[in-house]
Amino acid sequence: MEHESVPLYWRNIPAYYRLVAKRCKKCGEVYYPPVVKCTKCGSAELEDYQLPHEGELVEFTVLRSVPTDFLKQKPLVIGLVKLGPVKVLGQIVDAMPEKLKPGQRMEVVFRRVVVDGKYGLVMYGYKFRPRP
Amino acid sequence: MKVGIVSWGAYIPKYRIRTEDIAATWGDDPQRIIDIYLVYEKSVEGYDEDAVTIATEAARRALRRGNVDPKKIGAVYSGTESKPYAVKPISSILIDALGLPNNVFAVDMEFACKAASDGIVAITGLVESGRIEYGLAVGTDTSQGEPGEHLDYSASSGGVAYVIGKDGVAAEFEAIYTYNSDTPDFWRREGSPYPMHGEGFTGEPAYFRHVVGAAKGVMEKYGYKVSDFAYAIFHQPNGRFPMRAATILGFPPEKVKPGIVVTHIGNTYNASALMGLARVLEQAKPGDKILLVTFGSGAGSNAFVLNVTDAVLERQKADVPKVDEMLADKIYVDYATYLKNRKMIKLFE
Ligand SMILES: [Zn+2]
Repeated sequence: MEHESVPLYWRNIPAYYRLVAKRCKKCGEVYYPPVVKCTKCGSAELEDYQLPHEGELVEFTVLRSVPTDFLKQKPLVIGLVKLGPVKVLGQIVDAMPEKLKPGQRMEVVFRRVVVDGKYGLVMYGYKFRPRP
Repeated sequence: MKVGIVSWGAYIPKYRIRTEDIAATWGDDPQRIIDIYLVYEKSVEGYDEDAVTIATEAARRALRRGNVDPKKIGAVYSGTESKPYAVKPISSILIDALGLPNNVFAVDMEFACKAASDGIVAITGLVESGRIEYGLAVGTDTSQGEPGEHLDYSASSGGVAYVIGKDGVAAEFEAIYTYNSDTPDFWRREGSPYPMHGEGFTGEPAYFRHVVGAAKGVMEKYGYKVSDFAYAIFHQPNGRFPMRAATILGFPPEKVKPGIVVTHIGNTYNASALMGLARVLEQAKPGDKILLVTFGSGAGSNAFVLNVTDAVLERQKADVPKVDEMLADKIYVDYATYLKNRKMIKLFE
């Protein structure tokens, strides 16, 4: 599979690692993934906005047919988690799907997301898991 | 105010494998294995976890427990013997994973299971000299042994992180002492998948000589006796060694048992004794003195005398998972899943 390029991964590190979002300085709208222009008011003046690392599970689904980078992690649990003002999509780990319930407390964790073969870069990023 | 531990965080991956399931795979008698090592089960990382992710979780919890501003961290030192990269530090990844400033001393340290405690020593010096305000010492490992061999029953995964500073200290360092020598007890050559042991070196010439040497050294040099301590914590490659070290030094079992975690998570290497310390700090009272002795093959030990302060009560109340909670929060896996999660099954990549 074609992975994200090393420069692109590097540019996205604050967003991937720490969930640094963007907030419009004019109207206050928050964007994750980050954007360069506010789609609500059109302003290009955005500032970094740190999302909280805990939130509430909104929805989740269990994928049994998965992208090639995740073939060895079937089934893949993907969830939408409300983190402050935004809902963020991500993988859910360390959980039995039958025990997950919308509304439950989730925490952000730091995990391997893509490993570029045997010799390439290990790309890290956020995932979610039930808050212990 | 003396330099000491401002805050701490521990992370134990959620998966466990029982000793009996390992023994069943390799035709060992599980009761005999448990009798030898006193390890009932051990922690196993998730498929997407490694020493970097484990370090990050422990460090985030340490910062959260003490409400420490990451921008005030002036050094991050990671002790490990299971780096995902042969060349590329864990500590630099931690800078961005934790939001530390770029003006932060960062390096990975290796001395088998002892390196994380050398990170603590180095950071204590940097804080004492006034060069930095706070430092973060991390111990993280996903260590492996050859499947079916002795280490397969104990080598496990986990991490700890300690914020060291002068402000808001929960446990002061009253004394530090070290004992090191060239001892061929355990090694792993570059490119070798599993470590090897020097026949007959593991116990007396390695573990006991250095652990007891450092413990006696710190007590003699700084004038402590066994009765001064509420707790003694030793590196724990298995459940027997720390109890025996305690007996040699004259510590009663009740002062040692609270710091023993190996029986239920295995040997987390650089997080081993320091995980025991985290568990003890989660129950200690102001005024308690703690003796902590780490050990790394090769070989060496660092001994620390800690004095618990009033601030420990505040840290204990923080909304951060306790070691005991993590010990209880687990999902058992079978031996095949264990091999998969530890990336020990050969795949096309
Ligand atoms: Zn706007």
